[in-house]
Amino acid sequence: MKIIIKGGRIIDPSQEMDTVGNVLIENGVIKGFPSDIRGLEKEPGVRVIDATGKVVSPGFVDLHVHLREPGFEHKETIRTGCEAAAAGGFTSVVCMPNTNPVNDNASVTEYILLKARTQGMVNVFPVGAITKGQRGEILAEIGEMWEAGCVAVSDDGRPVMNSRVMRHAMEYVKAFGIPVISHAEDINLSANGVMNEGFYSTVLGLRGIPNASEEVMVARDITLAELTGAHLHIAHVSTRGSVRLIRDAKERGIRVTAEATPHHFTLTDKAVLDYDTNAKVNPPLRSEEDVEAIKEGLRDGTIDVIATDHAPHSEDEKKVEFDLAPFGISGLETALPLSLKLVKDGVLTLPELIKKLTLNPARIIGIQKGTLRVGSAADVVVFDTDRVVKVDRYRFRSKGKNTPFHGWELSGCVIYTIVGGKIVYSHNVCCF
Amino acid sequence: MRFQRKHILGLGELSAEEIKLILDTAESMKEVSERDVKKVPALKGVTVVNLFFEPSTRTRSSFEIAEKRLSADVLNFTPAQSSVVKGETLLDTARNLEAMGASVIVIRHSMSGAPWLLARELSASIINAGDGSHEHPSQALLDLFTVREIKKEIRGLKVLIVGDIAHSRVARSNIWGFVKLGAEVRLVGPPTMIPRDIEKLDVSVFYNLEEAIRDVDVVMMLRIQKERQESGLFPSLREYSKFYGLTRDKLKLAKDDVIVMHPGPINRGIELSSEVADDVHSVILDQVANGIAVRMAMLYLVASAGGTE
Repeated sequence: MKIIIKGGRIIDPSQEMDTVGNVLIENGVIKGFPSDIRGLEKEPGVRVIDATGKVVSPGFVDLHVHLREPGFEHKETIRTGCEAAAAGGFTSVVCMPNTNPVNDNASVTEYILLKARTQGMVNVFPVGAITKGQRGEILAEIGEMWEAGCVAVSDDGRPVMNSRVMRHAMEYVKAFGIPVISHAEDINLSANGVMNEGFYSTVLGLRGIPNASEEVMVARDITLAELTGAHLHIAHVSTRGSVRLIRDAKERGIRVTAEATPHHFTLTDKAVLDYDTNAKVNPPLRSEEDVEAIKEGLRDGTIDVIATDHAPHSEDEKKVEFDLAPFGISGLETALPLSLKLVKDGVLTLPELIKKLTLNPARIIGIQKGTLRVGSAADVVVFDTDRVVKVDRYRFRSKGKNTPFHGWELSGCVIYTIVGGKIVYSHNVCCF
Repeated sequence: MRFQRKHILGLGELSAEEIKLILDTAESMKEVSERDVKKVPALKGVTVVNLFFEPSTRTRSSFEIAEKRLSADVLNFTPAQSSVVKGETLLDTARNLEAMGASVIVIRHSMSGAPWLLARELSASIINAGDGSHEHPSQALLDLFTVREIKKEIRGLKVLIVGDIAHSRVARSNIWGFVKLGAEVRLVGPPTMIPRDIEKLDVSVFYNLEEAIRDVDVVMMLRIQKERQESGLFPSLREYSKFYGLTRDKLKLAKDDVIVMHPGPINRGIELSSEVADDVHSVILDQVANGIAVRMAMLYLVASAGGTE
């Protein structure tokens, strides 16, 4: 089975490639970039995709999603989460361990991978818990989870408050060469807060989460990374202070990487006015200054990765009092157009953006993805940067319709998503 | 001017003109309350539900009297703790009441924004009777009414609000109301109880009561809640009372004709000394009496704004 993607702008940061040409896929792998395809096109059984005017890049790698299975299948399943990923141009997703049961041992890891192999259409890479039950007390069996296929550890959603436990986790993972992903939040400082602390929390009478709640933990974890020499990855950076701390740590040669989400570089806490629970997310949407600092961090390389923190919830769970609604935004299907705004606004070039969606996340977890190198698995996305699409949450593949971007008109549309040489998504409205 | 709003959710979204219209309407309602037969048929055939998720004596009774004086059919629905445990959502509870024919729902809820959820999802008119730390519009309107009645004009007055501003819906609604009507609003309290960026609402913030109270026309005391001490916002009621309690000595620093207000219930000896609570300057009982007229005005205006059948 051969696929030829012809005439597209091929951008592959792993090879510093940015050229108009053709991509040949054969038997599920990237075969080459033939300049003359006239003979190939006529071969029987060859699928030709005309990508003229489109961008062809490695499929995106999302370092931060919640697939909710096992345990919360009413919010999302591995199947629907993977469908949403494919629709968003993601060919690999890294799923967080806060399922029920928690992914804190190899049997849960194996269950997730089995489900992903049989029902998922994109590559799924699980993250194991740092501590048993994500309780922040006793290290989980990280070695066995690594053997089973976990690519990192994290207590995402429930930060490890005990600094000694975090220190041991950072030391311990060095045996397996995987990063610790930190959900940086001091839960004593956030004190049941439900939104950013600032003018809008004051006006709305909602409990605020100060920037300091994130920053003291970023500072702590950087200090521990310096002590242990472990690879620390900071999840969903939301404040200017965190950007400053990470920039400084990188300058000092500490092994720290960081990600930011599209909602954190697009929206401010003003989105919460009218008590819109679809804008309730943790870390919360912050101020204008924080948004600008995150963009600057993306521009200067302090923030390596764009990850969605895809956090699907059911409609009923979000249609309640603001205090009672769960945190989270369904992000896989709006990530590309929101990120393309960074290119339009001159924050990043298109190749720089693609690097933060492909090569950089793959490198952080040490997987052979995010590349179009000859011989690698054919995980490819074809997208149109200019096509304007109106976000319609009811058309999401994800079970989670919880987005604050419903009704927004955004430029950027995934046309094809290919995983291992198989077309797993094609945009049915604009097929040619 | 005609009142166009289907709901009264907070003073943050009302214009100065709308606030004045409610206060003017309340004046005619007060006249009803002074008649021998204290009843008008304005809301005859309209079903009003008082949906109180939080205990409240004053506000609920006041709304109920207001509704009855307007001849509405009144249902008091006070969800027992158990029905919340049974898991019925706020929206489902309210939809049930609407299905029974309620066209106005007066809601009190411990969580900020709850009335907004109902306003968005239901077709009934919603009146906010206090939501979390957010707004308490009927209280602020009756405070404005009381001050206007005594001082004649709100513009130019110096109004001081004392206490736990951060957790007070009364404070927020009064700040919006007094600022919109042209008063100068000062806040004073321990820094742990002054919320972030509140100055952006055009108020000035003080931490010292003696300094803040100088030359003010109105002192509004807030109730201090004992839970705040447990969460570490101040060390003891004793110390709070020493620095932020209102005594006759501190009151002397204000204008001679200062009035003292309190939304109730009072902690005698803590935020207010007994002598101040019972002082000639205290208008606390006038506030309660005016509450009925103001609530009648709110009910009448939303019901006649075309929001109901």
